[in-house]
Amino acid sequence: MIEIKHITKSFDGEIVLKDISAVFESGKANMIIGPSGSGKTVLLKSIIGLHRIDSGRIEYDGRNLPDMRMKDIRVLRREVGMLFQGAALFDSMTVLENVMFPLEMFSTKTPDEQKERAYFCLQRVNMPERSYNLMPSEISGGMQKRVAIARAIALNPKYLFCDEPNSGLDPQTSLIIDKLIHEITQEYNITTIINSHDMNSIMEIGDNIIFIQQGEKKWQGCRHDIFHANCESLDNFVFASNLYKRIKSTQN
Amino acid sequence: MFRYNQIMNVFAHIGRYTQLMGRTLVRPDSWRISFRMFMKELDKIGLQTLPILIVMSVFMGAIMTIQTKLNTENPILPAYTTGLVTRDTLLLEFTSTILCLILAGKIGSSIASEIGTMRITEQIDALEIMGINSANYLILPKIMAFIIVMPFFVIISSAIGLFGGYLSALLTDIITVSDYLLGIQYAFIPYYVFYAVVKSVVFAFLIASIASYYGYYAYGGALDVGKASTNAVVNSSLLILLFDLIITDLMLN
Repeated sequence: MIEIKHITKSFDGEIVLKDISAVFESGKANMIIGPSGSGKTVLLKSIIGLHRIDSGRIEYDGRNLPDMRMKDIRVLRREVGMLFQGAALFDSMTVLENVMFPLEMFSTKTPDEQKERAYFCLQRVNMPERSYNLMPSEISGGMQKRVAIARAIALNPKYLFCDEPNSGLDPQTSLIIDKLIHEITQEYNITTIINSHDMNSIMEIGDNIIFIQQGEKKWQGCRHDIFHANCESLDNFVFASNLYKRIKSTQN
Repeated sequence: MFRYNQIMNVFAHIGRYTQLMGRTLVRPDSWRISFRMFMKELDKIGLQTLPILIVMSVFMGAIMTIQTKLNTENPILPAYTTGLVTRDTLLLEFTSTILCLILAGKIGSSIASEIGTMRITEQIDALEIMGINSANYLILPKIMAFIIVMPFFVIISSAIGLFGGYLSALLTDIITVSDYLLGIQYAFIPYYVFYAVVKSVVFAFLIASIASYYGYYAYGGALDVGKASTNAVVNSSLLILLFDLIITDLMLN
């Protein structure tokens, strides 16, 4: 479980995150949603520790990240997997080498066991075996995301972060990636935080949703509560398209 | 006149560069993986640079011999002067300083753009998230590989440059081969080789670390990676000249 308490973050005197508190439970797809420029990515990067917060607490099962020394942060990060917006696969390595990389770096497994684990992770995300020796530039965007998920779960992380996992993907592939993240979260009881503004994702897998706007938390609930939320800014964001407006009127 | 902000900017760069080197020059997370990276860099920086180094050195040696002969056309000077001057110029300046200025363009820009691209495509963030010291993992093998190959570059380039001079003596009638061979052996000071090697090692460190610095702190898009690469070449070239002056004063004066 990750708990954030009264997080404030500013850049050059401009406040980007204002007093945000939330609890992200394990085994659930926790989503941070909001319009572009609302501070989602800054919040996610602050939780991971890529940005240093001005004040507040970020507790990973009771361990407060801002109090930790760099050495301890590195140890904590070995419990973290991350799926980046652009997959961020190492372009000088093959698909298999990308997944094996964290294992080679940190696990005490033998090379054969590492390979076995990498194969398992790649099979878990339904990557065809013929693609294992291809370079990232030789596979599709959807496949790159799947390899990135395989790499993120290679070391059995306790925490998984996904920064806009569906960006640049078609709706069908997006759905596959969403389901994969959701399944893995539940299967391994991972604390997953997903940063998204994709309505399909939100409605599909959002177990715990935090809506932020202009750096402030405006609403928190699950995907079933969204239709009945009494929050104007959330309504404007979620039901911006005619399709979702119609869905909402049908629901009501 | 320099403005206050510009001066502070220079100090900010020095501070960030020192911090980056502090993170780079530490024990690797995995010796095995770092060694593998180091071997890759040896291939990339060493073997793949060798062909252009050979071509440059042959031509520079040949050109230097012809120009030296033309500029020392004087009955007072002995005939072997051309060979002697060519040898010393190659050793003292060409194979260390000029070669490093050229390599700052080739290898420096390649390092800056490689690390810069990794930065903007979030590959460096991915390393950090995995708990890896990204500066150490990416930069240290490059610095070590460049420092190790550079003395060999100096020696190979000197030898090939002298061979280029020999070719110009052989193929033109500007100087006899025997005069040239006498010149390149006459009053040889072995300390000059040591001086050239020391300079080249310092320059190799400067090129690899400055290029890595600009790449590591690149942000934005492809255009910014290009800017980082240009800055890396310009600043490492300037620092090579500055350190050339300092080392020459310390070692030869």
